[in-house]
Amino acid sequence: MRPVRSGPVRLSVVTATAAVAALTAVTGCTAKSDAKTGDGAVQVTAKDDSCEVSKNEFPSGHVELAIENKGSKVTEVYLLFPDDRIVTERENIGPGTKARVTAEVKAGSYEIACKPGMKGSGIRQKVTVTGGTAAKRSPEMDAAVAAYRTYVQAQADETLPKVKVFTDAVRAGDVEAAKKAYAPSRIGWERTEPVAESFGDIDPKVDVRADGLEDGQKWTGWHRLEKELFADKKLGKDATSLADTLDKDLLDWQKRVGKAEITPTSMANGAKELLDEVASGKVTGEEERYSHTDLVDFKANVEGAQKSYELLKPVAEKNDAALVTELDKQFAALNKLLDKYRDGADSYEFTSYEKVGKAERKELSDGVNALAEPLSKLAAAVVK
Amino acid sequence: MPESESAESAESAEFAESSASAPSAASTASTGRGAEGKPAPSRRALLGWGGAGLALGAAATGGATAALRDGDTTASAAGSGAAVAFHGAHQAGIATAVQDRLHFAAFDVTTRDRTELVQLLKDWTRAAERMTAGHAVGDGAYGGLAEAPPDDTGEALGLPPSRLTLTVGFGPGLFTKGGTDRFGLAEHRPAALADLPKFPGDNLDPARGGGDLCVQACADDPQVAVHAIRNLARIGFGKVAVRWSQLGFGKTSSTTPDAQTPRNLFGFKDGTSNIAVTETDALDRYVWAAAKDGADWMAGGSYLVARRISMRIESWDRTSLQEQEDVFGRDKGEGAAVGRAREHDKPNLKAMLPTSHVRLAHPDAHHGVRMLRRGYSFTDGTDGLGRLDAGLFFLAYQRDIRDAFIPVQRSLARSDALGEYIQHVGSAVFAIPPGVRDKGDWWGRTLLS
Repeated sequence: MRPVRSGPVRLSVVTATAAVAALTAVTGCTAKSDAKTGDGAVQVTAKDDSCEVSKNEFPSGHVELAIENKGSKVTEVYLLFPDDRIVTERENIGPGTKARVTAEVKAGSYEIACKPGMKGSGIRQKVTVTGGTAAKRSPEMDAAVAAYRTYVQAQADETLPKVKVFTDAVRAGDVEAAKKAYAPSRIGWERTEPVAESFGDIDPKVDVRADGLEDGQKWTGWHRLEKELFADKKLGKDATSLADTLDKDLLDWQKRVGKAEITPTSMANGAKELLDEVASGKVTGEEERYSHTDLVDFKANVEGAQKSYELLKPVAEKNDAALVTELDKQFAALNKLLDKYRDGADSYEFTSYEKVGKAERKELSDGVNALAEPLSKLAAAVVK
Repeated sequence: MPESESAESAESAEFAESSASAPSAASTASTGRGAEGKPAPSRRALLGWGGAGLALGAAATGGATAALRDGDTTASAAGSGAAVAFHGAHQAGIATAVQDRLHFAAFDVTTRDRTELVQLLKDWTRAAERMTAGHAVGDGAYGGLAEAPPDDTGEALGLPPSRLTLTVGFGPGLFTKGGTDRFGLAEHRPAALADLPKFPGDNLDPARGGGDLCVQACADDPQVAVHAIRNLARIGFGKVAVRWSQLGFGKTSSTTPDAQTPRNLFGFKDGTSNIAVTETDALDRYVWAAAKDGADWMAGGSYLVARRISMRIESWDRTSLQEQEDVFGRDKGEGAAVGRAREHDKPNLKAMLPTSHVRLAHPDAHHGVRMLRRGYSFTDGTDGLGRLDAGLFFLAYQRDIRDAFIPVQRSLARSDALGEYIQHVGSAVFAIPPGVRDKGDWWGRTLLS
């Protein structure tokens, strides 16, 4: 099956009816109940001089606003805290069009505001969100988040000793041993990079490349040592202190990573971001420009994305089975392609990226596109 | 214009970049979306249920409109930005008045699953129907789920259809690749889809040639053409991969009879006439394939030769006017052939140097055979040595490549004085299937259903 767009389908009632009728008459495709409306969403009808909501009270948790602009002006709709902070919003809703917007909302008092012409403070309705203290997720979702949190922590825990092998070799001035330990020391980080990057202060210390430095910023971390080992072919006078710093910064990561804010959506979009990492840095050979170990990072990024996906799959499968089929297929295809460049099924000895030709790089890039495009739809299939 | 220009004055010259002169599609002003008062159907409705098209037809634009793209609430657009009808016996974008801009893309098919290939072509057809009518793809570029990327990339929002045409073609690799008949199509490859021989002087870059599928996007606005290719590529990820693509400009004049013939980057008018859409006899004879040609599924289709021709701009600019005119066999100002007064005067081939471009390329030198050309100038910036990376992206449609492009190019490659200033660096051939008849039809149905 082709990857179909996932998430709620915003058919107008008229169109949906026509489509369903035509489906029955003409095709034998399976139809999901795409045209469901009144599915628990709060209906918001925006007109030029009014903002009607279908209910003023609803339970906390995953709240969806189904907005229809029946006015003549472009409008925007907000869900606001009492102090006007925005919970969620949707701009640019054209006349005669519909939009849906979702948020996880806790119990409390809120306002829904429509802004015809997208100006002023809008026409407001008070709403009350009832129920428990926190937004509710399905047990499946909670399980996925918990399992991913465990994974992320385990990756950090397992990485630290591997980093120590690398940094010990650096401190001992053993260039060859350090070169050998370099790529393996990065695997756990690369698998969980979106989470690691969510702590804005760690990534620039451990994983920055020369071109990513700001004026005056001291270059530390893996790539600084990579350059000394693979390009300069000798360790500089700061090598020991660089190794110490890398240990220290990654210890910080290990301590904090378990507290990262993780949601099903951030897991899904994190998987897509890992593929973006592959597309922007690994396929081009920019990431590991001195060691040419890009394919190790590439594999680790794909593994991390696959982990998120596998954990979310039970939920995604219910909402968009076709997407899951496509993702299974594309993960398998990309992994198969990567297998061509590794020594054995479980080996992390990959071909030096220098030796990967232009046509082969194009093939890898095509494989990344083939996976990343449907992967970008995973979040929608999860939150639906 | 067509009546005043007889077939015999037409040139098939390589560089002949002339007009398929057609009155532009009717420009009835209406909007696809606003007029209906309801949103356009979702991508799922359009793409997923091929057979449902007729039922949804009311919400989609079938004919010529001047709709603005979804999301713009203004009711009308200028006639110049009108839509070209997508459906018909032939694909639009061949005998359609040539638009100003081009984005041409060739794809490798990466899936080996015939069902997926068919679905892709159906998905592309539905998306092309929407884009050529000035609508966004699927559910549009905004207003959808916040957590998901929008269906449409959005850069054409608010722009009129801009006479966008999308034309699909099938390369030799779709029939067999590396000796493998991937989709059970080998026996359907038309003989008229001939592999080109190696021509003297060719310096072909495989990364700028070939391809299993192609899409030609022509529009008056480059953003509209690029948007179309980008969205089709996106729909195709996992089934196809972009192999190469080319942007083109330089079709800036109108194609009405009294307009000037456009000039190529050497500053010459070339190809002062072309097969026009009104010349139905010539189109039937030289452009449209017929069932009796040997491939039933190609009836109403055509064959495309695409060549990326690099031009040595700086050398040319240092060449004397006399030599420039001798090379082409015409004068630079008026564009008249040697010894003639007006650009449309019938050339006297014998009066020209034997190596002149016009003499070698003229239909009279090739038993009257003609091609329909709709190439574009291109420049991809400079080449690192400060030289313009520029030239002509040559596109010629014909009924049989063996009778048209091959003999003409063979003769040019051997003797053309222009050869000193140009080099063919990219090459591809495609079978262009017949048109999509209606909302239930799809690109390639006659081959793949």
